[in-house]
Formats: sequence, structure tokens, C-alpha cells
Amino acid sequence: MSLGQRVSSDHQLARLLQIGVVLEEVVESRAAHHLESLPADEREAIDDEVRELLAEAAEESADHRERLEALVDELDAETVAYEEINALVDARYGPPEDTDGVLYDQLCNEETAYKFYDDLIGAVEASDAEFAIDRDRLLETLYDIREEEREGVEEVTEIMERRA
Amino acid sequence: MNTADQYLKAIYLAQRIEEGPASTGTLADLLEVSPASVNEMIGKLEGRDLVEHEKYKGASLTDEGLERAHHALQTYCIIERFLANVLEVEEFRDEARALESVIDDTVAERLDTIIDRPAECPDCFDPELDCCERLEPVDGCAD
Repeated sequence: MSLGQRVSSDHQLARLLQIGVVLEEVVESRAAHHLESLPADEREAIDDEVRELLAEAAEESADHRERLEALVDELDAETVAYEEINALVDARYGPPEDTDGVLYDQLCNEETAYKFYDDLIGAVEASDAEFAIDRDRLLETLYDIREEEREGVEEVTEIMERRA
Repeated sequence: MNTADQYLKAIYLAQRIEEGPASTGTLADLLEVSPASVNEMIGKLEGRDLVEHEKYKGASLTDEGLERAHHALQTYCIIERFLANVLEVEEFRDEARALESVIDDTVAERLDTIIDRPAECPDCFDPELDCCERLEPVDGCAD
């Protein structure tokens, strides 16, 4: 058992970045599934704002995933293929009941991702380990992604408040 | 998972191993910390009504402590299962122990959406094997 939040090795860092990649894959895949999962009439009733939000979320997650994968590559660790994760999401996907459910799921995605990157940043900052990748570049990438997740939380919250 | 939750999980597992109160020595071994650190944290958890401590016997979880320990063990099971079955990590137990302090339960809940976990979780966790007795990892669990 490891008490205390810190990342102490390249291996541990690579594994945590891989978990980030998977989280992004889950967001990307679920965002794409949400629209497909709704009945035709509900799907047509979804306004442009929500449609755009989901499209942006999927696009942003793909971008985050690629940036994390680039870091993992430098740490010489393998990543899990998007197709494999997508198949797992497919197999276990439970569609939200309606548009509010879609938005709530999206809020959970953004909040979870923010919490993950915030904890990861804290654990890297708390460590004095030398990593095979430049620490400043690692942290800058994580700060950028965390900021985009924070903006994502705000964006979904605003849409939910407007619809309430 | 924060340090308090890791302690509660360890007390829960130690109580199952010892079939009674968790001794300081067992907890120190499970948590890889000194007995003095264990005693200090037990005192804090007792102050929060999560643990009852009886001198010369050991620590037992209160109802509230048990609920939190269950939740913490579930989070740990998700991490182990995710590592073993999604990332196909052979040393999933060692890695889960190394990662649990950095993985929040909300993150584990998202990872839970792509794994298959028994409804009985975490009762099917085997404290001696340090993994779910129903987990089928790439390398086999019972070694």
C-alpha cells in the first residue's frame, strides 16, 4: 500500500497517464454514443447547443488523448487501442434517459477528468523523482488539460442552469 | 483515495484476516508503515467515531467506519480489476497498491463503467490473496 499522494517512478507516471488516456476515451466514446442512443424524435429535438457541446467534448477528449499518448510514448509504455476501449464502452453502455441525463453524464465526465488531472498534478508536484520526460513540459501539458476540463465543467453547468 | 480511507480499508481487511479486532502489527504490515504511525492514525479515526480501539486487543470499525471501508475497498477492487482486465497488467496488485492514493473514487466510478464487477463486490475480496476471488486476470490470481 502506498500512503501519500506522489508519483515516484516513470512506470507509475506512465500508468497514471494511461488511465488519463482511457478516461478521455470513455468521454469521447460516451459523447458519441449519447446522440445515437436517443430515440429518433428525441434526437431531432436536441438543440444545437447540446449537439455542439457533445461534438466539442468528443473533439477535445481526442485532443487530450493524443497529448497524453505523446507523453506515454516518451516514457516507453504501451497504450490501449481506442478501438478496444470503445468496444468495452459499447458492451457496457447504459444510455441516459433524456437530454438532461446526457448533460448530467457530460458534467460527471468533465468533473471527473478535472479531479483526475488535479490529483495527478498534485502527485507530480509532491514528488522529487526525475522522470524520463521533462517535468516542466509534463506539468504544462497537465495544467493546460486541467484548465480545459475546468472550462468544460463551467460550460455544461451554464447550459444546465439555462435549461432549468 | 485519502490516507484515512486506506487505513479504514486495512482495518476492515485485518479484521477479516484475524476474525476479530485488527492488531497494530497487522495494520503496520498491511500499510507498510511503523506501529507508531498506525497508533497515531487509529487515535484520529477514533476521534471521528470511525473506529473503536481496545487496549491490547486492537481496532474495530464502527458502523460508519465499516460503510466507508466498504466503499474504499470497492474503489480498490475497481482499480485492480481495471488494471488486470482492461490494461492487462500482470502485476496488478502491486500497481493497484502504488496507485490507490492518487485515484479518487469519482475517477474509479468512471473506470467502473467499462469493467465487469460482481454485484457482491466487495464481499468477494479475498484479503489473503489481496484481490477479488472472482477476478480472472491475465496471469491468474491465486499464486
